Amino acid sequence: MTPEDIFTKVRDTLVDALGVDDDEVTLEARLEADLGAESIDFLDIVFRLEKNFSIKIPRGELFPEDLASADAGFVKDGLVTAEGLATLRKKVPHIDLDTFAKDPKVENIKDMFTVQMLCNFVKNKLAA
Amino acid sequence: MRWFWIDRFTELQSGQYAKAIKNVSLAEEHLHDHFPGFAVMPGSLMLEGMAQTGGILLGEKNNFEHIVVLAKVPNVTFHGFVVPGDTLTYTAKLINESPEGGSVEVTAHVGDRLVAEAEIIFSHLDQSGDFKHLDQKNFVFSIGGLLSVMEVGKAGA
Repeated sequence: MTPEDIFTKVRDTLVDALGVDDDEVTLEARLEADLGAESIDFLDIVFRLEKNFSIKIPRGELFPEDLASADAGFVKDGLVTAEGLATLRKKVPHIDLDTFAKDPKVENIKDMFTVQMLCNFVKNKLAA
Repeated sequence: MRWFWIDRFTELQSGQYAKAIKNVSLAEEHLHDHFPGFAVMPGSLMLEGMAQTGGILLGEKNNFEHIVVLAKVPNVTFHGFVVPGDTLTYTAKLINESPEGGSVEVTAHVGDRLVAEAEIIFSHLDQSGDFKHLDQKNFVFSIGGLLSVMEVGKAGA
């Protein structure tokens, strides 16, 4: 499947899940800030990606979980630590962590949830 | 009045599909205002019945260990009116299921006539951090006996 095919299917997935127009879904669009996704929409997106690409997405694999929980030790003073970043690079390689690392506030991680990130994830998943 | 918008389960295949019926009666007070002189079952309450059918289907799959709540209705379409004397049949199919929740596709028929269809997503509240303190016993199913509604279905089978 070419990157264009993946993008087209991801775009259709988001049009169905979020009720957005297809021209709003660009590679740079952020799921929350630009496309208006809310927490429950992430579960919807996971279900639809699984169906549209015939893949299985275990919990926490696409969207990182428990990042901010105190016992994980990945966050200090609201910033993701170097150790946290290293763990994220392993767990969620589809997220653009180089950009995030410049200002690693916990709340900024959501801005890394972009259409490109979904395409990266699907590409890795299909190649696995 | 209890918030039950299904009367009886007629079929349940665990983890796959469920059918429930709702008899619409002119004795239901809301029908006198919706609308005066033209009693029509409100679409919102049909959606509630569809969600109860699908929610129990999902809850039963996990032995009612999760608190199942309606989270999102990505699609719902109403095709026709439902009036007193009609029996609605809700058929819910479990489409997705995961630790965080699940989704169903539900149709509503009166006889052979399709009157509504919806896609509904449920969330397991106990899996989302803020609600971990809640009793794991499902509050919807423990109040007043939606489970006993299912048993009526079994007894009638």
